[in-house]
Amino acid sequence: MAEITDLGIAGIRDGFRAGDFSAREVAEAFNSAVAAGKALNAFIIETPDHAILAAEAADRARAAGELLPLSGVPLGIKDLFCTAGYQTTAASHILGGFTPPYESTVTGKLFAAGAGMLGKLNMDQFAMGSSNETSYFGNVVSPWRRNDGGNAPLAPGGSSGGSSSAIAARLVPAATGTDTGGSIRQPAAFTGIAGIKPTYGRCSRFGIVAFASSLDQAGAMAQDVRDSAILLEAMCGFDPKDSTSLDVAVPKWELGLSSNLKGKRVGIPKEYRVDNMPFEIDALWKQGIEWLRDAGAEIVDVSLPHTRYALPTYYIIAPAEASSNLARYDGVRYGLRHLPDGANLQDMYAATRAAGFGPEVKRRILIGTYVLSAGFYDAYYTKAQKVRALISRDFEDVFKSVDVLLTPTAPSAAFALGEKSADPLEMYLNDVFTVPASLAGVPAMSVPAGLDGQGLPLGLQIIGRPLDEQGVLNAGLAIEERAGFNAKPQNWWSN
Amino acid sequence: MSSYRIQGATGEWEVVIGLEVHAQIVSKAKLFSGASATFGAEPNANVSLIDAAMPGMLPVPNQECIRQAVKTGMALNAEINAWSRFDRKNYFYADLPQGYQISQLYHPLVGEGAITIDPDEKAGIVEAKTIGIERLHVEQDAGKLMHDQHPTSSYVDLNRSGVALMEIVSRPDMRSPAEAGAYLRKLRSILRYVGSCDGNMEEGSMRADVNVSVRKAGDSFGTRTETKNVNSIRFVMATIESEANRQVDVIEGGGRIVQETRLYDPDRNETRSMRSKEDAHDYRYFPDPDLLPLELTEDFLAACKAELPELPDAKCRRYESELGLPVYNAAVITADVETARWFEELVVETGKPVGEVGRTASNWLISDLFGALNRLGKTIDGSPVSPRQGAELLGLIADGTLSGTLAKQVFEIMLETGIDPGKIVEERGLRQTSDTGAIEQVIAEVMAANADKVEEYRGGKDKLFGFFVGQTMKAMAGKANPGVVNDLLKKALS
Repeated sequence: MAEITDLGIAGIRDGFRAGDFSAREVAEAFNSAVAAGKALNAFIIETPDHAILAAEAADRARAAGELLPLSGVPLGIKDLFCTAGYQTTAASHILGGFTPPYESTVTGKLFAAGAGMLGKLNMDQFAMGSSNETSYFGNVVSPWRRNDGGNAPLAPGGSSGGSSSAIAARLVPAATGTDTGGSIRQPAAFTGIAGIKPTYGRCSRFGIVAFASSLDQAGAMAQDVRDSAILLEAMCGFDPKDSTSLDVAVPKWELGLSSNLKGKRVGIPKEYRVDNMPFEIDALWKQGIEWLRDAGAEIVDVSLPHTRYALPTYYIIAPAEASSNLARYDGVRYGLRHLPDGANLQDMYAATRAAGFGPEVKRRILIGTYVLSAGFYDAYYTKAQKVRALISRDFEDVFKSVDVLLTPTAPSAAFALGEKSADPLEMYLNDVFTVPASLAGVPAMSVPAGLDGQGLPLGLQIIGRPLDEQGVLNAGLAIEERAGFNAKPQNWWSN
Repeated sequence: MSSYRIQGATGEWEVVIGLEVHAQIVSKAKLFSGASATFGAEPNANVSLIDAAMPGMLPVPNQECIRQAVKTGMALNAEINAWSRFDRKNYFYADLPQGYQISQLYHPLVGEGAITIDPDEKAGIVEAKTIGIERLHVEQDAGKLMHDQHPTSSYVDLNRSGVALMEIVSRPDMRSPAEAGAYLRKLRSILRYVGSCDGNMEEGSMRADVNVSVRKAGDSFGTRTETKNVNSIRFVMATIESEANRQVDVIEGGGRIVQETRLYDPDRNETRSMRSKEDAHDYRYFPDPDLLPLELTEDFLAACKAELPELPDAKCRRYESELGLPVYNAAVITADVETARWFEELVVETGKPVGEVGRTASNWLISDLFGALNRLGKTIDGSPVSPRQGAELLGLIADGTLSGTLAKQVFEIMLETGIDPGKIVEERGLRQTSDTGAIEQVIAEVMAANADKVEEYRGGKDKLFGFFVGQTMKAMAGKANPGVVNDLLKKALS
């Protein structure tokens, strides 16, 4: 039998049900892997007690014949999700030591479905970043290494980099992520795992530390498409505590999985062919097209004419919302407080926020404050909202004639830590393929599809119609089956 | 037109006034959270995770607050926007946990409406006047800082944080402190009728920002100042008076009015500068991305309309026409919803047609009951006498059981003891007598004891008639029916 830690959600669930192992054995195996994987810095805190308690409950449930959908499955939880009684920091200093007395709706649903928690996963601070280098707790390292013999530590992608790294290194079978402009899909692509961001409003945002409210969406990160479907199903559902939550039923995605794409039309948007894109990515994209054709789909060239405005639009709207969402971290009620001698209220704000926010967070607060300020509001924010509407309409139009779109997930494979951190704009460019779907609120996923010449994973992105996660998952499954991606990073991190 | 003018050295100045009223919406819960919105709890007793702006908390609109605001808009004859939206007003302050207030700048719930203020000759309002309402929008209240709890720190009480407010913005249509006072009283009256705000200015459930400018008649508007958070009608009127005079002095002294925010100091009866336009906040308003636009269905609007009570103006007209009340009585009774409710119950309790008892009942309520409540320092909802008891008293007067004088005595006893008037009459024997035999006997005694006066009266000194009435009543301990006494006296003296 394979190692327990090699199993994903379905493998654990089914093996546990079949009596191959107990939930406690599963929890202990992953707790050990987490403890041994500190070199990856994927966790901000480890919560082995939580995983064990859930496992014991699962073992009792199995004995009583009362199994829940995720009984016996331990998960990693991104530190953006508030977890009752467990520190939640959003990888920031300003929320240092903050332990919420409440549970996010998504984690609440997962725990109610029988899942346990292995720990709170590291991430870019307040989910702002594409490389995990903005975390106050130090950057996560990707388990992958280039095959050039050098040992340059690579970025696991961001912002859900703790999630991607931990899954790729088999420290957790699956994890929650959140995606504001690509924060699930890009790290999934960088680390050779699957990740899906559902339609905006599918997952409740209640209890998730807000970055940009109109874009933030929780999603699933896992080894493969089936696991992504299982996890996402348990995360989604209407929540009256979130006004933007969608009051629609959650389909049985796992049951609906089918890689037969006969009668489906797949659009290939020409605007995603950007300058200086590595030929390997272009080649993989072409390969993906062939795989989907092989699965029975009809391939159609399409156009999303406003794609090139997506990145600038995103970098106005997201910081604008962030500048306001982060105003509550002021040192008055919780988290960090810096109170210099003789300080008045303004001084306290300034000192607390200066010490509590990292440079990238400060940069975005400043950008957001600027674009919302009197005299600039119309030129930036209002215009960006108009362009956002045009980008959404691009998708509406194209989905009249195709069912899903196929694109690369990111314009490059994982880069080395430090390689792009000096130039924020170059870092932002990494989101160029993921941001449009975020702006339109449509579901999108990344599936691992191959390795580049340096032996690093590359992902393909499938974008679908609003609420058609099934179509996205099915196209993803068709690629997964044909790509046969089974590469794993060499274990250099276990001590 | 108001004739109110400031007499300056260079002539007469006209005052232009606009009011922004913040009215706390009556509802069990806050605008975006389930925490209680009641006044007077221990500090921070009514605070939810949302009100404290904990990480990841999200606002969910309370439909009851929206319903109240829509009904208020309808009562102001205003246009209701079936599509409106919440915006964030961003600024930092310790009483504002989110770092922004959720308000409505770009698309308010309620658009243009109007309020009519009634003529009041004494106050210089010669005829009814319509004051335009520019808009009404819904927003969150902030918390409260307490500076007197600790020598070097301030404490924060978030009980008010997130409580629903309506901001009702008038047009700059008022021209005197009296008009502003009348506008506020009328607005408060309407809010209380609708039940959307208790109008209690002492508890802060209604406060006004006062915009004032001055100009020479016929000139365009002058630069205005805004005096924030004035918390009584009297202070609003005083603010206008002192601020207008200050502005005239500044201009006539060669100065210029700067657009600024000011505060009213009631102890010194003056306004002083809080911050000028240069230091004004840039609130960076933008649509709240946590909330969807507020879309009201036809059904919801129809239900709001159906729930609207009869409003003071309509009620006043009906009291005049249907009940035959004098204009003054109708206006006084309909000015406050509780008074009108009390009055209507009183009329019902008499069991007689309104046209028959309305006028008498209104006179009794305005003179006797109001007089007593004033004396006792009580409002009508705290009246020691109930409408049923009032009706019983009116019945005893109407059927001749009580004379006016006796009725006043009985009423005093009711106020003191809360006992029903019928019982008082029985127990204390305060029934008036119309027994002609008894009265004739007393009259005979009075005349015998005052033979000289009888002579004088018969000699033409008519004025003495009152003397005989008084003596007879006194002898009968006030219980004789005055009408019968009059008749019998006239007969006996002739």
